[in-house]
Amino acid sequence: MLVEHAIEMIGITKTFPGVVANDNVTLEVADREVHALLGENGAGKSTLMSILFGAYNADSGTIRIHGKEVDIKDPNVATDLGIGMVHQHFKLVHNYSVTENIVLGMEPKNRFGVLDIAQAEKRVAALSDTYGLSVDPSAMVEDITVGAQQRVEILKTLYRNANIIIFDEPTAVLTPQEIDELMEIIRRLKSEGKTIVLITHKLKEIKAVADRCTVLRRGKYIGTVDVPTVTEQHLAEMMVGRAVQFEIEKQPPTIGDVVLSIKNLSVADSSGHLKVKDLSVDVHQGEIVGIAGVDGNGQTELLYGLSGLSPVSGGTILLDGEDITHATIRRRIELGLGHIPEDRQKHGLVSDFTISENSVLKNYYIAPYSNKYGLLDHDRMDTDAEVLIEQFDIRAGRGAKTMAGSLSGGNQQKVIVAREIHLSPKVLLVAQPTRGLDVGAIEYIRQRIIAERDKGRAILLISFELDEIMNLCDRIATISKGSIVGIFGQHEVTEREIGLMMAGSKRSGGEV
Amino acid sequence: MAQQETIAEGGVGKMSTLIGMIPSILMIVSPILITAIGGMICEKSGVVNIALEGLMGIGACAAASAHVLMEAAGLGVPSIWLSLAIGALIGATFSIIHAVAAINLNADQTISGTGINLLADGVTIFAAQILFSADRTREFKMGMQTDALGIYPTAYIAIAVVAIAWFVLYKLPFGMHLRACGEHPHAADSVGINVKRIRYIAVLTSGLLAGLAGGCIVLTQTIQYTSNTINGRGFIALAAVSFGRWRPAGVTFAAFLFGTAQAFSIIANNFPSLRVLPTEVFNILPYVITLVALVVFSGKNYAPRANGKPYIKGAS
Amino acid sequence: MKTKVKQEPFFTRMLGSDGAVSVLVVLLGFLVGTILVGVVGKNPLNMYKAIFQSLSGFNIDNGKMNVRYIGETLNYSVPFILCGFSMAFAARAGLFNIGGEGQYIMGLTVAQVIGLLGPTVPGLHWVVAIVGAMLIGALWGGLVGILKAKYEVSEVVSTIMLNYVALYLSRIICLQLPGATTYKTANYPDTALLSNRFFQTITNHSMLNNGFFLMLAAVVVYWFIMEKTNLGFGLRATGFNREAARCSGIPVVRSIAISMAIAGAFAGLAGGIVALGSFSYGRILAGMDNYGFNGIAVALVGNNTAIGTALAGFLFGMLKNAQALMQGKQIPKEITFIIQGLIVVFIALRSAIAIYLAWRNKRQLQKEVLAK
Repeated sequence: MLVEHAIEMIGITKTFPGVVANDNVTLEVADREVHALLGENGAGKSTLMSILFGAYNADSGTIRIHGKEVDIKDPNVATDLGIGMVHQHFKLVHNYSVTENIVLGMEPKNRFGVLDIAQAEKRVAALSDTYGLSVDPSAMVEDITVGAQQRVEILKTLYRNANIIIFDEPTAVLTPQEIDELMEIIRRLKSEGKTIVLITHKLKEIKAVADRCTVLRRGKYIGTVDVPTVTEQHLAEMMVGRAVQFEIEKQPPTIGDVVLSIKNLSVADSSGHLKVKDLSVDVHQGEIVGIAGVDGNGQTELLYGLSGLSPVSGGTILLDGEDITHATIRRRIELGLGHIPEDRQKHGLVSDFTISENSVLKNYYIAPYSNKYGLLDHDRMDTDAEVLIEQFDIRAGRGAKTMAGSLSGGNQQKVIVAREIHLSPKVLLVAQPTRGLDVGAIEYIRQRIIAERDKGRAILLISFELDEIMNLCDRIATISKGSIVGIFGQHEVTEREIGLMMAGSKRSGGEV
Repeated sequence: MAQQETIAEGGVGKMSTLIGMIPSILMIVSPILITAIGGMICEKSGVVNIALEGLMGIGACAAASAHVLMEAAGLGVPSIWLSLAIGALIGATFSIIHAVAAINLNADQTISGTGINLLADGVTIFAAQILFSADRTREFKMGMQTDALGIYPTAYIAIAVVAIAWFVLYKLPFGMHLRACGEHPHAADSVGINVKRIRYIAVLTSGLLAGLAGGCIVLTQTIQYTSNTINGRGFIALAAVSFGRWRPAGVTFAAFLFGTAQAFSIIANNFPSLRVLPTEVFNILPYVITLVALVVFSGKNYAPRANGKPYIKGAS
Repeated sequence: MKTKVKQEPFFTRMLGSDGAVSVLVVLLGFLVGTILVGVVGKNPLNMYKAIFQSLSGFNIDNGKMNVRYIGETLNYSVPFILCGFSMAFAARAGLFNIGGEGQYIMGLTVAQVIGLLGPTVPGLHWVVAIVGAMLIGALWGGLVGILKAKYEVSEVVSTIMLNYVALYLSRIICLQLPGATTYKTANYPDTALLSNRFFQTITNHSMLNNGFFLMLAAVVVYWFIMEKTNLGFGLRATGFNREAARCSGIPVVRSIAISMAIAGAFAGLAGGIVALGSFSYGRILAGMDNYGFNGIAVALVGNNTAIGTALAGFLFGMLKNAQALMQGKQIPKEITFIIQGLIVVFIALRSAIAIYLAWRNKRQLQKEVLAK
């Protein structure tokens, strides 16, 4: 029985400076199936699909589409072959309309060669109806929701008559309900005859919608399995290469006094819109409070307001009794506010500084690193950094003098974590601590966070990975549209309920 | 000074009325506007071009040299238009350096632009030394002539440039692609738009327009090219792009504002009450006004999002 | 597990070194300049003879030696080096200071004013003038820093505007000074001058003056602040990654303003030294001296380091001193401007080299992987 393959990628190898992204990888996707591509961060899944989409060219290997050998030089060729990609980081022009984004590159023109946007809008509306993907054709992309933006990305592929659609980590930015809707969309696309490739590291979603799954690890092909008959445990082990622990072990918390008190906080974003509205939450010594929510509901602005990166429009922040609402960033740090930022490249580290210099970014100006005349003690910085490297098991080729930019993502994060912990803060703000890291680093960082909580620190954890929040935190607050819609103990609430709260409805019980 | 003589010739009676100032305002605004539109196109595609000053100088020197040589050879009026074209083409050619550095070599665009400005300073006077054995081009006898209203053709050229730029940017697919390259080059690339090619076209266009503008200055406002001919107007054009929030209408308004400030320094000489102040006070005006305008109306948020960043494939 | 690192070929290692790239870029600039001179029908050898003479004082054509050229080369280096520091200091903090020219002009103007109107106390007069020059330079630069940090005004445009404002302001002020004609003022009292009789004797009456010592002090100060102090640490962090510095509590707005002020002070110092060291009267500026603009190239070649900038400044001083000699040999002096411009453009090669090295690494890795 011959099943015609929609896609065959055979012996694909792709290198970048310093790394082998794909090492002789083979992928076979059957016609009209939903095929998942599973692997950790850095396993090579996105690279492989970028080659299929023509964004990169493989160093060696063959590609066949519907049995015919092809050379996909660039996205135009891929589009002609009927391959479309829904990117993880949307490739949408923020100040163009939905329609303009969809037709960009293939614009309808009138007989003078002038753009015919009216006709384009008609076509978009028709497509949207056929596939049940609701969008407003004339809305500006920067004004619509993330879920709607994703639908625009999907429509881009359908406008170009794609019958092979690749989804790259599509659920990272969606609420649980929106994820369900996406799964429905995928099933509908399949029933309309499309072949779907789903790149993901979320086992639940693979089980929900995929037919088969190919696993990659560190650039190499591990195997292909039949999804209905395989367990999540088995998939996880294929992905990581060893037995994986899902549950995190931790003792019950020893709760002390309130150390961080946030009352009626309001923070605006850079264009002046209020993103945090009247938000209140308290964090005690020795507990981890998590803020669950979908990206874009004010988490970033909340962190900016707490850390001092953005000014506060209303409300108060008390750190161990001291009002820091309008204090400078340096003052907050001196009073004991630690911060592991969401974007480690942008806020956490200076890539052109060494590990030693990065580890003293917050306290270089006081003893023992600086004397009273303002002169630095570089040797002392190096010595202390070496100790941290040892304690936190940071892999650095040249020790304390290694450039931070040359470290791997996991080691960079360790440097930041080491620095913050070394400052012995009273309160630790932690944002997306395990984003982009491999499983080994993820486990380490999570253990460290729990260790700090056991030492009595107050920890506020913000993460978009609901699993992480539910496993690590003692209390869970859900944020929606800038305010807290419910705070519950770790074992008092289910994922479904959090999902509903993320969408804005309040649950009865608990503290609000 | 040559400028004042030309205006005086234009009709002393006209100068005493406000309406009479319009031709000279147009004369001064036109080159700034032409350059600014070029700069706007360039930045809208994602490349910052601070070499506008140097490119104007190159165009001015080329146009002046070409014209004086052709005049001597007896070519007559066509020599003016040919010289303008030569100025524009030389400007475009020089801008290739910036294009290669910024687009192919991912260089720091501010450094590359500064380098071209320094280079232009040297190349222009060097050329004058070689051609005319002096540190300025030889004076030509007759520059561009005004029409019946006293307005130079450069004003009409400027209006045409604005109109064409607007039409191409907002009504044609090419314009939509160009603007996408400046906002989100990865999005443009992912739909098959050749980002590098479009940016090349944009940079060369800005070089062409700057060179053209330089030619306009030298053929309408003076009689030769010296190292003082451009005197910061390329940077004023750059400021107009930012102040005009990268849109044709705004840039036109900004160019008029800054150009009028400059025109004032010449016109003020005709108002007896203002003649008491030293000329330097009026010389300072355009620069001070530009500075104040930038501070009060700082429009950083309106810049194309990918402006000034080299486009590296796959690094999104 | 340590893997054995293959020793890369010398050429590749050299490309990775910034100092070597600077030398390469300078040589390339000279090469193109030489070709250009040849193309227009002049003898490039004359250009090099002029440069050699300005450096060593030795005239190859007639075998005579005049030490004055060495003195003048050293003297010209001073404002180039200081304006180079002006650009370099700001660059380390992440700012593009092309306002060195305006800061220089303001320093020069204030020095001239204090020189003519200040207290004629020996030992005090010139000190007050020089300090005044540095302060006004700091103000002129600090203004740019504040505009950038608080109002997000691009320093590229604001500095250029302030350059022209400075030029005309200088004219307005200096035309009011005692004894002012259209191009000069009255002579300074002796107490204001920086001239050094010892230097004058050993260099056959060149204009080399005490400003030279001030410049040497500036080199040390630059290096010290950048590498050894808190302030330098904060500035460098801000320059490399402004947001990370801000998130770590470093007061970024203040840092930017301070770094522009210090940068302005360097350029103001240059102006003051030129005013009181090389001239015995004040000048009514008709145009820009261009030390400020050349400082940009000096800093780029010197890669913003103390020693590198000093060496690059010396190179430019040597070139400037050679200009008159070149003109005398029928070579247009503008060739030096062209060489300097080319050097700045070629600095763009730095990123091209990074691209080249990355490409080479990738090819290497490709070969290894595909060979398996």
